[in-house]
Amino acid sequence: MLGYLARRLVQSAVILIGITMITFILSFLIPADPVRMIAGRSATAETVESIRHQLGLDQPIPVQYVRYVSRLVQGDMGRSYVQKTEVATLIWSRLPATLLLMAGAIAFELMIGLPAGIYAAARRGRIGDRGVMLLSFTGVSAPQFVVGLLLLYVFANLLAWFPLGGYGSFGHLILPALTLGITGGGWYSRMTRSSMIDVLGQDYIRTARAKGSSETRVVLVHGLRNAALPMIAMIGLDIGIFMSGAVVVESVFGWPGIGQLAWQAIQRIDIPIIMGVTLVAAVAIVVGNLIADIATSLFDPRVRLG
Amino acid sequence: MSDVWRRFARDKAALVGATVIVIIAVSALAAPVVAPFDPNEQFFEGLTLAGAPRPPDAEFWLGTDLLGRDLFSRLVYGARASLIIGVAANAAAVLIGTALGMTAGFVGGWAGSLIMRFTDLMMAFPALLLAIALAAILTPSLWIVALVIALVNWVQIARVIYTQTRSLAERDFIEAARSLGANWPRLVLRHVLPHLVPTILVWSTLGIATTVLLEATLSFLGIGVQPPTPSWGGIIFESQSYFLHAPWLVFFPGAAILMLAMSFNLVGDALRDALDPTQRGRG
Amino acid sequence: MIFWGNEYREETMRKTLLAGAAALALSLVVVGPAADAAPQHGGQMVVTYKDDVSTLDPAIGYDWQNWSMIKSLFDGLMDYEPGTTVLKPDLAESYTISDDGLTYTFKLREGVTFHNGREMTADDVKYSLERVVDPATQSPGQGFFWSIKGFDDMASGNASELSGVTVIDPYTLQIELSQPDATFLHVMAINFSFVVPKEVVEEYGADFGTHPVGTGAFRMTDWTLGQHVIFERNPDYYDADLPRLDRIEFQVGQEPSVALLRLQRGEVDILGDGIPPAQFLEVMGNDEWMDNVIEGGQLHTGYITMNTHMAPFDNKQVRQAVNMAINKDRIVQIVNGRAVPANQPLPPAMPGYDPNYEGYAYDPDAAKALLAEAGFPDGFETELYVMNTDPNPRIAQAIQQDLAVIGVNAEIKSLAQSTVIAAGGEEDQAPMIWSGGMAWIADFPDPSNFYGPILGCGGAVPGGWNWAWYCNEELDAMAAEADGMTGEDQADARLEKWRLIFISIMDDAPWVPVFNEQRFTMHSDAIAGETDEIFVDPVHIPVHYDYVYSTAAQ
Repeated sequence: MLGYLARRLVQSAVILIGITMITFILSFLIPADPVRMIAGRSATAETVESIRHQLGLDQPIPVQYVRYVSRLVQGDMGRSYVQKTEVATLIWSRLPATLLLMAGAIAFELMIGLPAGIYAAARRGRIGDRGVMLLSFTGVSAPQFVVGLLLLYVFANLLAWFPLGGYGSFGHLILPALTLGITGGGWYSRMTRSSMIDVLGQDYIRTARAKGSSETRVVLVHGLRNAALPMIAMIGLDIGIFMSGAVVVESVFGWPGIGQLAWQAIQRIDIPIIMGVTLVAAVAIVVGNLIADIATSLFDPRVRLG
Repeated sequence: MSDVWRRFARDKAALVGATVIVIIAVSALAAPVVAPFDPNEQFFEGLTLAGAPRPPDAEFWLGTDLLGRDLFSRLVYGARASLIIGVAANAAAVLIGTALGMTAGFVGGWAGSLIMRFTDLMMAFPALLLAIALAAILTPSLWIVALVIALVNWVQIARVIYTQTRSLAERDFIEAARSLGANWPRLVLRHVLPHLVPTILVWSTLGIATTVLLEATLSFLGIGVQPPTPSWGGIIFESQSYFLHAPWLVFFPGAAILMLAMSFNLVGDALRDALDPTQRGRG
Repeated sequence: MIFWGNEYREETMRKTLLAGAAALALSLVVVGPAADAAPQHGGQMVVTYKDDVSTLDPAIGYDWQNWSMIKSLFDGLMDYEPGTTVLKPDLAESYTISDDGLTYTFKLREGVTFHNGREMTADDVKYSLERVVDPATQSPGQGFFWSIKGFDDMASGNASELSGVTVIDPYTLQIELSQPDATFLHVMAINFSFVVPKEVVEEYGADFGTHPVGTGAFRMTDWTLGQHVIFERNPDYYDADLPRLDRIEFQVGQEPSVALLRLQRGEVDILGDGIPPAQFLEVMGNDEWMDNVIEGGQLHTGYITMNTHMAPFDNKQVRQAVNMAINKDRIVQIVNGRAVPANQPLPPAMPGYDPNYEGYAYDPDAAKALLAEAGFPDGFETELYVMNTDPNPRIAQAIQQDLAVIGVNAEIKSLAQSTVIAAGGEEDQAPMIWSGGMAWIADFPDPSNFYGPILGCGGAVPGGWNWAWYCNEELDAMAAEADGMTGEDQADARLEKWRLIFISIMDDAPWVPVFNEQRFTMHSDAIAGETDEIFVDPVHIPVHYDYVYSTAAQ
């Protein structure tokens, strides 16, 4: 395991470097001039060129890349072209919101998915099972922005139970997290259902029955234990997905996460921010995937690691 | 084959899904006949004097949008964008993914490893950000949007195909054929590909659900197909600021997206179950 | 936060209610007409914005959100009478201009202090001006100071100071120009010229934008990224009457529709982003809230540019035909009446505007005929670039439909703002651009600001903002002449000249002026201004923070 982890670490480092390279190139491929955006509309040609020179944007791209990476390893993510604030500060200020949303989303996915899956497994083959699975499908087939707007309309506008978007209190978190929970919960319910069904036919159920223990309890305990690792795997993948910017949900609810930051940065070609957010998101994905892979292999020994 | 069909047909929900797809596809094709109005025509009477859209009524069955255009007509024509992009993007993703996965799995060695490392790299790339960046670089049009979605989606398919090809390639008959000197393209096409067909088939349907959703999302962010081409996500994008007052502009297109994605999900899922009976124990 | 604010307000209200009662009792004794006294100080207000404040560094800040905030934290030599476009001295107590219009001598007020306690002197003004011109600062406003002697040397990095700026004594500053510039006093009023303390700038470097220290009526006491910025009154401000409020809380990350509901509930005082489009009609039709909305003009014009270097827009008749084809009333309807149709480049609020000019009337038939005369009886194909944020794609589609009526098939290219700007700056890329989202709002209330970068030959260069690539040497010469007319007695003649310049431009029709956005500021009952114009101040947008006062504190 240690050897595997070490190898994955090295792989991850390589992957992250690759991602910085690709992001860098993509940023420069955008057909617009970041310097023009900084210099504004009343700037003279000299001003523009001097800003370009100051930011080192007149250097060839490989040179700029090397400079960026060498600063990065020293912990310097650079400064926003437009605001001049340090990228690290900007990302740091938005990270709590993103993490909070992620936690809320995963919580809702579990709160929706687990009971649904258990119920479906218990009613296996019957209407209840089909119904729940159909609902799960509906959830994952729904576009996030539609679910989000629907929730806003009903619960924030008509019923006024929750604020109409924004950030600051627990109440602000409910609707956006619920949106993500609804659209992602379906996967969890399916997985839980499979895990429960697996357990149903096992020997220890019969043994427990013979011993007189409540069947429900045994099924639940063993089923959930069975589901634990796949669940961790799914959560791992979710971490990656949510950290890479829940741009849509952030946009609908006005949630100040890093997704919005990245979106604005791409619009304005604020390259340091684009690089910073992509890197942070990629790290999250890599870590999440690692968790998922380890959990999967522990669960299913047939799946070889590496 | 008939076995597969029989198993598939047992899934009633999947049948409904398939029907829905057919209905949407037909009405998209026959849009000029199905839609009561030109989807791009901005009617003077489509807006109130103050510039607000009209709710559903006898003339405009699903109401009008913020430019006074008939929503129902736009929805019908919008199916074209969703279907064309959804299908094309997924086909491209499957093509790229299969090609890369198969090559890597079959060739193996360091070349195969390299391809798979590249796949890992792309998998770690935040998908939506990549789509947004690509959309900023390329001028969006119907096919460019499909391309962008394909470029974001091919990774998963590649991995699955790779694993399957790997295990196939290690089987004896391949070794035997190789030692007999058969050239490998023929080997791949004749002996590997047929075994991959079920997977490819499943991905070809399930994947469309994802691409349809992604197209809607990109349009919702304003970086989808160019106006005035109707697009379900695009209608919601344009109507967002009004949605508290004209919710029909969000919910009708939203329902359409949901129906289409769900239908492909149901069909693809049933197909997977039908093609691989061993999975049934978990189904 | 809000809870704290309400408590504060209740506390203040209680205190002032008592004080008010006492005053009322007293006033019953004192008979006679009340003098025109300045409003009482006190109270606070909450302003909401959707986006975070980007920077409060006067040399860098250039978006409409921080523009007015910076004006409250800092001062310049000149300013404007509140609610108007009339210049008045600010940090300068008085000034003299030499007869040849080349030398300005400013007498500074004495006893003005920075928020850190140090007194401001002429050295500080010189430092601040040089800082903006210094290329190391990367200030987007550098170009405004072109007329100061020594600008070229310093801007290109060859000099470390502005030779034209001389400190005569701690309270006297002399600025020499390289040529007479009628806009110079406006430049001395613009944010980029505001005075900053050298020691604080050096201490914070690039982070000065988040730690602003100036001489303004307010000081910044807190900035929590992504949440709020707090201003508190500067007790040592040179004008003891200002500011009227004790405290302003800028809450960011607020969706406009949410902010509106909160305003109606009394939690918010001013909607920084204005009234959201969907609720606009509802609010304007609501008796209860109608009076809380002040309408005012902006120094803004939304226009379609036609690239005169790309066929067929090199043909004047084609451009004129397009002008006649656009149904501006319908476009105004699409934006819910929040604008007025425009027929010339200058907005009505701008000096030099011609109220009698009729422009090109909407007449699709005549447009078609003209197009046929120009050699395009069957129309032609072209492209219309637009920024991809709502409502601009919608407006572009309305334009597209109008063009289709006369046979012009315009394909819409809806792209990111930076991409459209870049395309406009290329000579052969964008035949037509709808300026929405990137439209020109004047930096200062003078017609010359609407000319140079967007209609003058100087802007028709790669990377420039003259997207019509329009270059009329004659008009350029007239413009230079007009800006050389610095005498006070020449002011009217100068405006007349500018009026002529812009009307001549309309004859060439490189643009289709479409509308001028109106500003609608909604405020709560807790806040008032001596005149309505404070809420739609053309320069201190959206609201002149120094002059609004709390009704509760009266």
